[in-house]
Amino acid sequence: MVAIRIIPCLDVKDGKVVKGIHFEDIRVAGDPVENASFYYKEGADEIVFLDISATIEGRKTMVDIVKKVADVIFIPFTVGGGISSIDDIEKLLSNGADKVSINTAAVKNPNLIEQSAKKFGSQSIVVAIDAKRVGDNKWEVFIESGKTPTRLDVVEWAKRVVDLGAGEILLTSIDRDGTQEGYDVELTKTVSENVNIPIIASGGAGKLEHLYEVIVNGKASAVLIASLLHFRILTIPQIKKYLKENGIEVRESK
Amino acid sequence: MVGIIKYGSGNIYSVFSALKFLGKEVVFIENLKMLDKVNYLILPGVGSFASSMENLEKIGLLEKIVYKLEDGVPFLGICLGLQLLFDWSEEGKIEGFGILKGKVVKFKNKNIKIPHMGWNKVKVLKDSLLFKDIMDNSYFYFAHSYYVKTQKKFIIGKTNYKVDFPSIIVKENIVGTQFHPEKSGEIGLLFLKNFLEGKWLQ
Repeated sequence: MVAIRIIPCLDVKDGKVVKGIHFEDIRVAGDPVENASFYYKEGADEIVFLDISATIEGRKTMVDIVKKVADVIFIPFTVGGGISSIDDIEKLLSNGADKVSINTAAVKNPNLIEQSAKKFGSQSIVVAIDAKRVGDNKWEVFIESGKTPTRLDVVEWAKRVVDLGAGEILLTSIDRDGTQEGYDVELTKTVSENVNIPIIASGGAGKLEHLYEVIVNGKASAVLIASLLHFRILTIPQIKKYLKENGIEVRESK
Repeated sequence: MVGIIKYGSGNIYSVFSALKFLGKEVVFIENLKMLDKVNYLILPGVGSFASSMENLEKIGLLEKIVYKLEDGVPFLGICLGLQLLFDWSEEGKIEGFGILKGKVVKFKNKNIKIPHMGWNKVKVLKDSLLFKDIMDNSYFYFAHSYYVKTQKKFIIGKTNYKVDFPSIIVKENIVGTQFHPEKSGEIGLLFLKNFLEGKWLQ
């Protein structure tokens, strides 16, 4: 069966990684290509870049970065952040990105999911959902970097994006993001049980047990990890060794 | 020189960069003229079955590719590029190249996530120099919702996703992989290197 994917997430702003790897092996601090290359060699199964550029120039730079990354890493990578048109998607995919992640634009214009899935194939369209808990077993979709409520129910929205042709859901718990208190397992499980496309769990990883819980109990197909890896609290080989010892299938990196 | 057929929208650059990394001379094939310059041909997998057939026909490449294949040019079809070689696909319910006997069907098990997305093992069924220096049951990267059903004699590697499906097929000069070798890390690069060395042809 398919192995659980470990996915480092790098935040890129105006061409520089802002939450990058914090240690000396990286020669050029903040260089997205070097950071990606490091994780590729360490055994990452996939990489996600989140473009948080505030400027149009910064976004253009992202396309150049994509090309450079595609020259040195030979695993899939996804680019998200500020994608709002077919043209944006085309530029990223034709320059070497394998998938794009759409968040705010998907809510504002659900048509974009349908059109892009038709044109580029579902496997390249990831819909990112930022979820905030609003009650017992109830979550609301937030957009614009988690700032704006939408009144959309997360489960209903997840079902809708699947119908529109999304190939994966990148599901972030706003409540847990940055806390290191663990993923919102209930959220992940609820969404995973309601749709039949892979769910990437995100937000809240603090220790190895958290990863195990969201995979086994939350039924996530992949886990997105940022700080834990960037600050070298854990390494990818450590994570894979732990998961394997606990009966979870992982792709062993050498 | 290796030619990558450019016929649709999506990630076509990654196959190019993987071959560059291996030190190969590579060109994108966008018209008939360029097709004569290459001695290896790769059909990457991008977009949907129907739109791909349509695009190939539109640029006039469809027939010419079939001639090339019949001429014995070593050929690699990746993912959708493998599926297009078959008689018929459930995706769009239309005919493919018809070079390989069989059809393309969707995963139907209710207990699995679709697309089949991620790293999965390839079980070697027949020895081939395509597997040189690659261990049995190595992981490769997959991203697909459909798979091919074909005759046993062409299947040299299989993968399990609740159902066993062919992940590598070989017929004479034609190789097809359901996985993406260009996205399968070092093992994937090794596979591409083996393909381009051409020793599997004998």
